[in-house]
Amino acid sequence: MNSVIFLTIVLLALSSYFFGRKKAILIQSNKRLTALPKFYGYYLAIWCGAPAFLLYALWSIFEPSIVRFFILSDYSSQGLLEGELNLFYEKVKSLSRNQYSGELTAELQRSAEKYLNFRDIAKWSKVVIVLSLLIASTGYAYTKISNNTKTREPVEIFLKGVFFLSSLAAILTTIGIIFSLLFQTIEFFQVIPLFDFVFGMHWYPAKAFVRDASEALDPSMYSDTFGAVPIFAGTFFIALIAMCVAIPIGLLSGIYMAEYASKRLRQYAKPVIEILAGIPTVVYGFFAALTVGPFLKDLGLSLGLEVSAESALAAGGVMGIMIIPFISSLSDDVITSVPQNLRDGSYAMGATKSETIKRVIFPAALPGIVGSILLGVSRAIGETMIVVMASGLAANLTLNPLESTSTITAQIVVILIGDQQFGDPKTQAAFALGLSLFIVTLVLNIVALSVVKKYREKYE
Amino acid sequence: MNKEERLIKRYKAEKRFQFYGKAAIFMALLFLLVFLTKIFSTGYTAFQKTWLVIPVNYNADLLYLDPDKKPTTEDINDADFYEFGIETFISLDPDASEDQIMELKKMFAFTFERELKYYLLDNLDSFGKTVDVKLTASDDLDQVFKGNYPRDIPENRRRASDYQLKIFDKLNEDGRVISEFNASFFTNADSREAELAGIASSFMGSLFSILVCLSIAFPVALLAAVYLEEFAPKNRFTDFIEVNINNLAAVPSIVFGLLGLGVLLAVFGLPRSTPLVGGITLSLMTLPTIIIAARASLKAVPPSIREAALAMGASRMQTTMHHTVPLALPGTLSGTIIGLAQALGETAPLILIGMVAFVNTIPGTPMDPAASLPVQIYIWAESAERGFVEKVSACIMVLLFFLIFMNLGAQLIRHKFEKKWN
Repeated sequence: MNSVIFLTIVLLALSSYFFGRKKAILIQSNKRLTALPKFYGYYLAIWCGAPAFLLYALWSIFEPSIVRFFILSDYSSQGLLEGELNLFYEKVKSLSRNQYSGELTAELQRSAEKYLNFRDIAKWSKVVIVLSLLIASTGYAYTKISNNTKTREPVEIFLKGVFFLSSLAAILTTIGIIFSLLFQTIEFFQVIPLFDFVFGMHWYPAKAFVRDASEALDPSMYSDTFGAVPIFAGTFFIALIAMCVAIPIGLLSGIYMAEYASKRLRQYAKPVIEILAGIPTVVYGFFAALTVGPFLKDLGLSLGLEVSAESALAAGGVMGIMIIPFISSLSDDVITSVPQNLRDGSYAMGATKSETIKRVIFPAALPGIVGSILLGVSRAIGETMIVVMASGLAANLTLNPLESTSTITAQIVVILIGDQQFGDPKTQAAFALGLSLFIVTLVLNIVALSVVKKYREKYE
Repeated sequence: MNKEERLIKRYKAEKRFQFYGKAAIFMALLFLLVFLTKIFSTGYTAFQKTWLVIPVNYNADLLYLDPDKKPTTEDINDADFYEFGIETFISLDPDASEDQIMELKKMFAFTFERELKYYLLDNLDSFGKTVDVKLTASDDLDQVFKGNYPRDIPENRRRASDYQLKIFDKLNEDGRVISEFNASFFTNADSREAELAGIASSFMGSLFSILVCLSIAFPVALLAAVYLEEFAPKNRFTDFIEVNINNLAAVPSIVFGLLGLGVLLAVFGLPRSTPLVGGITLSLMTLPTIIIAARASLKAVPPSIREAALAMGASRMQTTMHHTVPLALPGTLSGTIIGLAQALGETAPLILIGMVAFVNTIPGTPMDPAASLPVQIYIWAESAERGFVEKVSACIMVLLFFLIFMNLGAQLIRHKFEKKWN
C-alpha cells in the first residue's frame, strides 16, 4: 500500500512537469515568459510532489506510535510495566496477522480487532488526505502560473534547500550515534555504578542472566560483573602489539618510499602495499585464526612455551599488518611535504642521506608522523573482526601476549550477536562500551587531525 | 678513530638504513604474498565437487509403484525415496551389517533422496532399469578425495571410517568417483552441511545491501558536497558540518552497527537481519567517504569554468548543475565505488543488526533476512566442520574478486573520464 502511494506521488509529480511546461509554452505563444518553460514544469512538479511527500513521510513515521498509543490506552492505567505492555502489543500485532499461536484471551482479541480497525482507518485516511493535499497544492500552483510568475527562483531555492538538508545528514548521523549510545548508557549506569564499571576488575557479562523485568532492576545481581578494566587493558594491549608491528615496518617503508625509492618502485610498490588496507578485516581475522594462531602455537611448543591458540599476539600481529599501509602512506606524504631547502641545507653541511633523514627530516616531520601513528592507533582500537575471530572472547586481565585477551569491540559483538533484549543491563553494557570506544577514538582523531593540520600550516 | 674510519662507518650506517627501508617494504609485500597464497591454496579446491556415480535400479517394487504403468510425476513425488536410497546403498555392499548400512548412507549428502527423485523425474525412461546416477559425496569423503584431510591417522580421530574408505576406494578404482566444477557453490544457499553450502544467499544479501547503500549514500553525499562547496556560506555552522564529516570518516565501523541497532531497529522498528537495514547502516558509514571524494573533485574544477558560465548569464544553480557537477562526476563516482567496496567488505555492523542469522533460502527482496559475503565468511570460519575451511577461502576469493574489480573500475573511471586541468 505504502509503495503504491509513493509511486502515485512520483508519477503525478512527473506528469505535472509536462502540464506545467505545456501551459508555459501556450502562454509563450503570445507573451514573453520570465523563465524557460521547463522551469514552469519543475515549479508545478515540486508543488505537486513535495507537500504530499512530506505529509506522507511524516504520517508514516508517526502512524505506528499513534496507533500503539490508542490500543494501549485501555491498559496503560493498570500499572503494567513497559516490557509487559510491549509484549502485549506484539501479541496483538501477531494476532492481527493471524500468526499468533499462544493463549487467546478476550482482551487480546478485542484489541486485535481494534488494531485492525485503526490500521484500516489510518490507511484510508492517509490515502485520502495525502491525495487531496496533492490535488490542492497542484491546483494552486497551476492557477498561479502566468507569464510573469517567478518560477526559476523558487525552484532554485527549493533545490538549495534539498542540498542543505543533505549536508545535514552527517550531523544527523553523529546525533544518532550519540543519542543511541548515550541513551542506553545512562540506563546502564542507573543499575551499575559508574565507579564499578570504570574500575571493576571482573568482566563476566554472561553471569548477568535476567529472567524477568523485576530482576533486572536489582543491582545486587550484577556486583563484580561489569568491571571494564580487563576489557580496556586488553584493548590497549592488543593495539600496542599491533603498533609494534605497524610502526617500524610502516614508518621505514614510508621513509624509503619518500626518500630513496626510484619512480618505478614507487609506482608499483605503493599501490601493492595499499592493497593490505583494502582487504576486508574479516579476511584478516580468518587468516589470523587459521594460519597465524596455530603457527604461533606450534612455534611455542617447539620452544617449550605455552601459547594459546587464540593469543593476543596473533590478533595484534595480524592487525599490525593491516595498519602498515595507513602509517606508510601518511608518513610518506608528510615526509614528501618537508621543504627541499631543509634537505639541501643538510647535504651542504656534508651529511649523508640517512643522517639528513634521521637528524633533519624526521624531526621536522615528527608532528605529522605522530598524527599518522595516532590515526593508526585509533584504527587498531576500533578494529573488530580480527579480535573476534583470532583472540579469545573471555576477558583476561593479562600482560602476557601469549595468552588470550579480549577487547571492547569483541565484547560488543559477543554480547549483541544473536537476539538482544533492550532494557537488559547486558545489552546496555555493550552500548556503554560502544560509547567509551566512540569517545576514545574521537579524541584520538581530533588530536591527530589537528596535529597534522598544524604541521601542514607550518610548511605552507 | 681517524677521519677515514669515521667516513667508512658513516657510509655503513647509510647502507644499513637503506637496507632497513628495503626490508620493511619487502616484509609488507611478503605478508601480502603469504596471505594471498594461503587463501588461494586452501580455497581453490572448493570450486571442485566430488560425486559418487552408483548403479541405481529404479525397480517398481522397490519404489512401491505399479510396474506395468509408466509413473506420473505425482506418483514419483509420493514415492518413498529414503527407503529406496537405503536399498540402493546396500547394493554397494550386500553383506553390510546394520551399522555399516548407516555408514554407507553417510557417504552421501543427505540430499540423496531428492537427487534420486529428480533423476527419475528427468529421465522417466529409466523406470524399471538399472542406470548410473551421480550423487553428491559427503563432506568427509569430499575432503579425503581432495587430499585436504589425512587418511593415515587412527580411525577414532577421523571423520570417515575405515569401512567408508574401503567402499570409497573400491568405487574410485571403478572410476565411479568423479570431480566436477562445483556449480552448487554459486547457486545454493547456506547449509549446515559443508558439501551443500553455497554463497547464493549471502551474495544476494550483499548485492541488496550495496544497492540500498548506493541509492542512499550517493545522492545524499553528492548533494551535500555540492552544497558545502558551491553554496554554503563560510560560517561556524558550515565548519561544524565539516568537522562532523571528518570525524565520522574515522569512527569505528562497529559504532555504526550500534547506531543501526539502537535507532533503525529499536526506534524505527525496521525488520531485523535484512539487507535494507544493513544497507542503510552501511550508507551512513560510506557517506563521509563519498562526501570527501566529491568535495575534492568539485574543488578540482577550476574557478574559470564557473566564472565563464556566470558571465554568460547562467544562475549559480545552472552553473553548478550544468557545468561544475558534470565535470566533478567522474571523481565522485570513483570515490563512490571505493566507498562501496569498503562497505562490501564490512562485517561488524552487519553482525550487530542481525545479518548473521542462518539463512537457507535465497532472499528475493531487500526485506528478506539475509547474510552478506563477509558475514558468511565469519559464519563458516566459526563452524567446526573441516569442509568449511575451503569454503571460507573460496568465499574470500569471490569477495576479493569483487573488491579488485570495483577498485579497478574506480581507477578506470578516474583515468578515462576525469579532466586534467593545467
